[in-house]
Amino acid sequence: MNKSRTRSISLLFQLGGLVFSLLFVSIILILVKSQPLEAFRLIWEGATGNATRISSVLVVWVPLLLVTCGLLSTFTTGMWNIGIEGQITVGAIFTTGVMRLFLETSLSPVLVITISILAGMIGGAIWAGLAGVLKTFGGVNEIFGGLGLNFIATALNIGLIFGAWSRPGVASMSGTEPFPEQFWLPTFQNFRVSIWSIAFAIIGLVIIYFMLQGTHFGLRLKAVGKGMKSAFRMGIPTWQHMMLSFIICGLFAGLAGAIQVTAVYHRLIPSISSGYGFMGLMIAMLINYQAIWLAPIALFFAALNIGGIQLPIVLKLDSSLTGVLQGSLVLFVMISQGVKQKFLGRK
Amino acid sequence: MKKKFAWTVIALLMVMALVLSACQPAAEPVAPQEPAAPVEEPVAPVEEPAAPAEEPAAPAEEFIFGLLLVGPYNDKGYSQAHYEAGEYVVANVPGTKMIYLDKVNTADRPGTTAAQLGEELIQQGAKLVVFNSDDMKDDAVEFTKNHPDIFVIHASGDTVWTEGENYQALANMANLMGGMEYGKMIAGCDAALHTQTGSIGYLGPLINEETRRLASSAYLGARYCWENYLEKDPADLSFRVTWIGFWFNIPGFTEDPTQVANEFINSGADVIISGIDTTEGLVEARKATSEGKQVFAIPYDFVGACDEAPDVCLGVPYFNWGPSYARYVISAMEGTWKSAFEWMPPSWEDINDHDKSAVGYLSGPAMSADAKPLLDQFIAELAGGLNLWSGPLNYQDGTEFLAEGQAAADVEIWYLPQLLEGMEGRSE
Repeated sequence: MNKSRTRSISLLFQLGGLVFSLLFVSIILILVKSQPLEAFRLIWEGATGNATRISSVLVVWVPLLLVTCGLLSTFTTGMWNIGIEGQITVGAIFTTGVMRLFLETSLSPVLVITISILAGMIGGAIWAGLAGVLKTFGGVNEIFGGLGLNFIATALNIGLIFGAWSRPGVASMSGTEPFPEQFWLPTFQNFRVSIWSIAFAIIGLVIIYFMLQGTHFGLRLKAVGKGMKSAFRMGIPTWQHMMLSFIICGLFAGLAGAIQVTAVYHRLIPSISSGYGFMGLMIAMLINYQAIWLAPIALFFAALNIGGIQLPIVLKLDSSLTGVLQGSLVLFVMISQGVKQKFLGRK
Repeated sequence: MKKKFAWTVIALLMVMALVLSACQPAAEPVAPQEPAAPVEEPVAPVEEPAAPAEEPAAPAEEFIFGLLLVGPYNDKGYSQAHYEAGEYVVANVPGTKMIYLDKVNTADRPGTTAAQLGEELIQQGAKLVVFNSDDMKDDAVEFTKNHPDIFVIHASGDTVWTEGENYQALANMANLMGGMEYGKMIAGCDAALHTQTGSIGYLGPLINEETRRLASSAYLGARYCWENYLEKDPADLSFRVTWIGFWFNIPGFTEDPTQVANEFINSGADVIISGIDTTEGLVEARKATSEGKQVFAIPYDFVGACDEAPDVCLGVPYFNWGPSYARYVISAMEGTWKSAFEWMPPSWEDINDHDKSAVGYLSGPAMSADAKPLLDQFIAELAGGLNLWSGPLNYQDGTEFLAEGQAAADVEIWYLPQLLEGMEGRSE
């Protein structure tokens, strides 16, 4: 079998996964007595119908993309960075904390925003670093360490929102006092998305792509991921590379959290990570850890999120249905990959 | 061989896709987006003058209003009260249509904001949008400013209250709020008349001005009836407030109201007054009662809330938003809209008149025969002008709020900075 043929068969199997997940969701829709085509049309319309909706999709796309960029780094070294949610949250906490410090000063807002975003990246990196330390020095599986750190991050976030950083006289899950408008990342007139966050996303994607594809460092990360022992024998300092992959991921996750604070919510809220971390894990699996597919697939997931809002408004369906579509998509694509390997005996 | 299998799978997939799309229920007319069709109709059939008359161009003029509900539309609480008010409007104001989106909060709809979701309602044709929660205040204001051509009702908000602390002139916004202080006073009285242990638990949502004044109102009602009807010492009445952090349970983010209710019960409280949007207090009271420990509960917000556990339900103070929404929808339709802040007391002639009263109190099946006349007497006294928000009254920390004979001003009640003396629980 020649190479292009293998590739097209591989693509067909992935499309098969897509078809199966659409079928699966269609069956659910028919069971609840809805019309699948109408639902899919509404989702499409809800995500692309006009400029406002497209900008809303981009608002979701940016953090999703950044988070998944980070995850590619940890997946490359063979790590399941479940702690990604906590890393986004801590990034958001650091951003909020630093911004609060500078609100009353005479520093220019541009500088304050820059420092706050950098602080967010550092916060995310610290939290990811902790998961890495637990893994490399404590022998704690990164999945369990990450889960634990997620809980701590959430507790810390809620503690701050409900306590130390609460609005005067108020203790509410609604979040902290919104920042004054000059401390928001500027958005396009009448749109929700910021040109700056889009720029961050694109730069992040380019960096991670070239780091993994084109650098010696990326190659070493891959070697660590393929086999720790052989990488070590080849003279690659393995634990250092694992730590670095965590920290890189944390920087991206922290940036995503910082953008959620400075460009989307303009304050700290309990669900500041918006579940993007877990969604990023799904995307990374779906694209088989290939950065080249990241931007379109993340866009697809973001579009599902935004388009799904139409379902409850128009069809009285729960919008978590789009989550089912996302999850089943990952599942079926992975199943179809398994089937392909079993019957074609090839990757 | 293997190749053949692969193609078989693909072919099968294709067939299934085709079958499935063929199996769909025959396309029924899609309800939500129909305004265009009837407009075209009257033009064509010249010979058929009857047809257009039967189908007047009503849908083209249909006034669509949208609701953004903070919780589920069927929460048996705050959001359902709004949802049913919307249905009341549709039933009573001809030519209106309701659309809504529920669970409008960042935990249930991650990555979205209420303002953004309001814009989705505009896309579906809404000319008036209701933001139903104080939680949406910043978004409601942003949305109102960005859409000067859309009418906005922010329920429970104070933005356009000229005397308020957060006043902003927004011509297209109205703030409506039921005078729930009265409903809570009645609830407090009801609780005091039924407690055997002298201990009342108040299941609080988040802490802010609104929730402080409502919890305090319940306390005032409880203390008044305890002291004046039962002739007991107020010092023997325990009134404890525990806040869960939001209007309803969000697992992982708020305290669990079920757990809080159980803590009340385990520490001796035998009446739970709910300040949250959902009915956990009622459910736990029923559980405890069925296990042999008599506990009553008073839910909140929604006229039908007692149905969840009638046997232990003393009554429910509820909002009746329908009539006020109808007024504002009509004014928006007729072009007589005026921005206003309305804090609407009950209609004292009959607080349960659903066409008039903005708040009511529906007694539940668990109400005892002894207590019934006393509670009616209390309601009659309130109707007659009894003002429990008058001095002497101290804040929780002991500082003076109102001197002897002094009555609280509206702003002092609305922006209550602390709980009152005699209440246990966090003030902020």
